[in-house]
Amino acid sequence: MKDNNEVIDTLLDSSYEFGFSTDIETDVAPVGLDENTVRFISDQKDEPEWLLEWRLTAYHHFMKLAQKDMPGWQHFDMPDLDFQSMSYYAAPKSKPLLDSLDQVDPELLATFAKLGIPLTEQKMLAGVAVDVIFDSVSVTTTYKAKLKELGILFCSFGEAVQEYPELVRKYLGSVVPATDNIFAALNSAVCSDGSFVYIPKGVRCPMELSTYFRINAINTGQFERTLIIADEGSYVSYLEGCTAPQRDENQLHGAVVELIALKDAEIKYSTVQNWYPGDADGKGGIYNFVTKRGICKGSNAKISWTQVETGSAITWKYPSIILKGDYSTGEFYSVAVVKNKQMADTGTKIYHLGSHTKSRIISKGISAGVAQNTYRGLVHVGKNAKHTRNFTQCDSLLIGDKCGLHTYPYIESRNSTAQLEHEATTSRIGEDQIFYLNQRGIDNEKAVALIVNGYAMEVLKQLPMEFAVEAQKLLAISMEGSVG
Amino acid sequence: MLTINNLHASIDGKEILRGLNLQVNPGEVHAIMGPNGSGKSTTASVLAGKPEYEITGGEIIFQGENLNGMAPENRAAEGIFLAFQYPVEIKGVSNINFLKTAVNEIRAYHGLEPMPAKEFLNRIKEKQELVQFSNDLAKRSLNEGFSGGEKKRNEIFQLAMLEPKLAILDETDSGLDIDALRIVAHGVNSLRSKDNAFIIITHYQRLLEYIEPDFVHVLYNGRIVKSGTKELALELEEKGYDWLKSESRDYITA
Repeated sequence: MKDNNEVIDTLLDSSYEFGFSTDIETDVAPVGLDENTVRFISDQKDEPEWLLEWRLTAYHHFMKLAQKDMPGWQHFDMPDLDFQSMSYYAAPKSKPLLDSLDQVDPELLATFAKLGIPLTEQKMLAGVAVDVIFDSVSVTTTYKAKLKELGILFCSFGEAVQEYPELVRKYLGSVVPATDNIFAALNSAVCSDGSFVYIPKGVRCPMELSTYFRINAINTGQFERTLIIADEGSYVSYLEGCTAPQRDENQLHGAVVELIALKDAEIKYSTVQNWYPGDADGKGGIYNFVTKRGICKGSNAKISWTQVETGSAITWKYPSIILKGDYSTGEFYSVAVVKNKQMADTGTKIYHLGSHTKSRIISKGISAGVAQNTYRGLVHVGKNAKHTRNFTQCDSLLIGDKCGLHTYPYIESRNSTAQLEHEATTSRIGEDQIFYLNQRGIDNEKAVALIVNGYAMEVLKQLPMEFAVEAQKLLAISMEGSVG
Repeated sequence: MLTINNLHASIDGKEILRGLNLQVNPGEVHAIMGPNGSGKSTTASVLAGKPEYEITGGEIIFQGENLNGMAPENRAAEGIFLAFQYPVEIKGVSNINFLKTAVNEIRAYHGLEPMPAKEFLNRIKEKQELVQFSNDLAKRSLNEGFSGGEKKRNEIFQLAMLEPKLAILDETDSGLDIDALRIVAHGVNSLRSKDNAFIIITHYQRLLEYIEPDFVHVLYNGRIVKSGTKELALELEEKGYDWLKSESRDYITA
């Protein structure tokens, strides 16, 4: 009989496909963080005074929090983060014109081609507009003009500050205040680029909007800020993807995403996160400390988060939804895969504040190697929220016998008319399942990929078609060699 | 096609097969019968290469190659198919997706390109009729929520899709009602050819009324104690297995 663990060990050794780095000249902010860093970033982006003030307030709040202990409730040891030893801003030197791809450094275009993100519009997947963020700046946004005909604004965050300052000012920090947590405060102080989306009243965005994030520069943090506003009766589906080069030191990714859905509006936000996870010994990898939150401001609004998390050394994120409008709906679909020494502490928080609000949480955790995977979720029902409903399902899949999966479902219900359901299962990939597939000519690696994809199907089918295929491939790659 | 020489196999240190000999030629159907615990399912598992079983002696030669130590997926690709007694369920993996993976993995083993989608779908359509499968059953998650009979029919469906050289049916008749039994038997009979062979493992003679074997073997205590033609199956049905116990002692000492 084969030793299961032995097989797992040999097979776990699969490599990260996107680990290359690009040799490109960059403007980098000096290492360290003080008021001047914040001013430098604001100045680089030619920002208005109010935004600089907002950043500085956030900076001071961050410095206060940084004096205190780091958050300690998560199911992993918070690494020692030296905020003074990293750089907070990096931009490719040849500054591209935002509307013209001709101006983009060919090296950069080659990088994205390698990542499978063609930027030339004629070659693009039909019906997907892409914003690309390289280190700290947005290098290109495609299909912008076409969208503008419908009144849809889709551009980099930096551009939005220049072009649509009133919208940015109205909504920035309205869902995730700078004081929310230490990483949100840091992001608010030093946030560089990100995407901005505004869908006007009654408009259904005809294509998927997508942002692709890439950390390239060494020793740099990426702090993007994304703001999506869906005005009354509008609809948008948005996807973000991310990768980073393979480097021995850890890099911090501290994004903030805010979604605002007004009356009758719907926002569907999908993430395929594939940051570099570090090597098999846990060396290197991205610290993915992200704050994502949406608000259903008006009645009958809907927000859904779908995430496929396969990368990062540590993932710490809880895409949340505030259901303020009556009859609004929130959904959270998650697949989180960890292997080797990766750690993920992820889940959602749903705040039922309006009456007749509904939410649905489907979380699928997969753990292999010696990795630790935690689902942490909160369902909150406010005092005045009548007749709310929540359904939560947390499934855990263990591969091998050295990994861990943990579930912390919190419920706070202040209204007795709430109907809350929770289901949880834990399973292991069975040897009999593997053998059955082997007997049909399918090797161990493909068998695991098939089983894992089947297990995650309920979530994957929430993704837009093109990305569902990508996500399935990514899951298969992530599972390469996780079982015997 | 298949030669088993003095095969000894054990699980968790317990010897189950104790000197099994069997010769199967192309075009033949062999039935292996025997009481509970005689090693019938072990024979099937060992042929398919189930990792829990250890071969402690003897050899299995399939198409001139020794199977000892060959990975189960490679045995499958070489043309060995096992219809499981208890087919597993795999959630979220559609029957079709699973079969496509299997067909193309086996093709890849032989250096062939994946089967064109149209050809594959035509084949699905043709073969599902063989076991009276609806489109719905073919598309559903692999065996999930299937009845016992549907699971067994699915095994024969897969058998039809993969066209193996040697198919081993491990108690495919157990738990089947008469209608499902007829469907399964019809499927197997339609697939019989001069180039392939079947080993049918069963408890009862019933299945052999529908699938006529060329040879019947009686397995007892990990070895074949008696071989004959289909009349032997009738004899077993009539007399049960008890008489073998005394006879096999003679056989062993003889």
